[in-house]
Amino acid sequence: MAVTALREKQSTVHTSLEAIVEVKGICKSYGNVEALRDIDLDFPRGKLTSLLGPSGCGKTTLLKIIAGLIGASAGSVTVDGKHVSGPGPERAFVFQDFALMPWATVLRNVAFGLELRGTGKTEREETARRYIAQVGLSGFEDKYPHELSGGMRQRVGLARALSVDAEVLLLDEPFSAVDEQNRRKFQEDLIRLRSAQNKTFIFVTHSIEEAVYISDRIVLLSPRPGRVSQVIEPDIDRSGDPDSIHRDQRYLDTVEEIWQGLKQYVE
Amino acid sequence: MTLFGYRIPMMASLLVWCLAWEIVGRLDLVFLLPPFSDVLAAAVQLVQTSSWQDATVTTLRAFATGMALAITCGVPLGVLMGRVKIADDLLGMWVNIFSSAPLSALVPVLMILFGFGERTIIAAVFLFAVWIIVLDTRAGVRHVSPSLIEMARSYGATKPALYAKIILWAALPEILAGIRLGLIRGVKGVVIGQLLVAIVGYGALFETFSRNFRMAEFWALTIILFAFAMLIAELIERIEGKVEYYAGARQ
Repeated sequence: MAVTALREKQSTVHTSLEAIVEVKGICKSYGNVEALRDIDLDFPRGKLTSLLGPSGCGKTTLLKIIAGLIGASAGSVTVDGKHVSGPGPERAFVFQDFALMPWATVLRNVAFGLELRGTGKTEREETARRYIAQVGLSGFEDKYPHELSGGMRQRVGLARALSVDAEVLLLDEPFSAVDEQNRRKFQEDLIRLRSAQNKTFIFVTHSIEEAVYISDRIVLLSPRPGRVSQVIEPDIDRSGDPDSIHRDQRYLDTVEEIWQGLKQYVE
Repeated sequence: MTLFGYRIPMMASLLVWCLAWEIVGRLDLVFLLPPFSDVLAAAVQLVQTSSWQDATVTTLRAFATGMALAITCGVPLGVLMGRVKIADDLLGMWVNIFSSAPLSALVPVLMILFGFGERTIIAAVFLFAVWIIVLDTRAGVRHVSPSLIEMARSYGATKPALYAKIILWAALPEILAGIRLGLIRGVKGVVIGQLLVAIVGYGALFETFSRNFRMAEFWALTIILFAFAMLIAELIERIEGKVEYYAGARQ
């Protein structure tokens, strides 16, 4: 009951913020298996919202429904007031396994979103070079994905998503296939990138620390079927040194609070 | 191979066999076997004749045409079977049967359908080569990473762009492997087809030589054909090396 009360309190807070992505009554079933049940969520513009939960809670499914990659069994998703029926140019996706074309260079991979939109070669390569520099991969433009480390490959994936200039970035566990040291560095870079871009991020993760470290809002999903169990707003100041966040009392308290909430779902 | 402590190079065994052939031929034991030196002389003469040159042109043309047809039909069919379940269910069984069946038995049927000419040879090359190309293309298309396809869709790829920019490229190593195996089978197809039709290209030459007991020329032609088949296999193996490099780079 306490959880419900908290959820209601949170949702009243959020009506004041303009929502760019609205999820209403989303259900998803695969045959007899119910993956998501009655998900209602608003994603405020310019914020980074994490979908957090144990494996099997349907967080990736929800993200792919928002992306328009899979259809929902019931309910609707609107982005900027427009109903989602498939992928659209206002949303860009970053994949867990990077989804880079192995036969194409970094430059072509990053420019691929623009290539599909029919942007001219010089223009799209110029844009791609700019975002390659932003994610810290300058000098690797002519390398192939197999010549890069896992962390660098995901930077390519991120640059590709940024270069199409979508308003909403959907990230599906982007750091889970990246080793720990690179992940820390990447999370810091993401905080820095966010402050430079006025974009909305929806971020799927199973790591509590990662969610609290980078998110403005955290949506906790409970498993089987996936439902929203709690919405948390960690009020952490990220303007200073990124390393100090890990020692911030509110960061530590929020991680503990979420762990206490999720514990019941872990066998 | 080592003999009495000496290392003997690979080609030496070939020389030994040639020498044995020469001796047996000189002894005049078997009428079918002229001395090897005569066969070599016949080969040198043969390649200068216009009948051999014409036959070679005919053979190569039939082989190239048949292979081009097999590739242009086989690859799209394989892609279709890899992507559309109904097509796979309908055609899968037949493609598997044909790819393992003794196709030489069907060449006489081709003669009835296409007549005693180059068209039958082309059909034989096609029939021998196409199935493995279909099967390998299908396997390649089925193994395209689902997330690459999702990636293309999420960035707004149209259906034609999805096939041209993602699926064909991702399946390329398997498609090329299928074409390599298809080429080797195509060589079989052109030889078997010509032998059975017997009035076209090398088949006609073989027929003439064996009927008139011109054994030196008969053996010379056989050696040329074997050399051609080996050359093709060697050539394809080199291309395969590059494909393997590419397949390794996919990871």
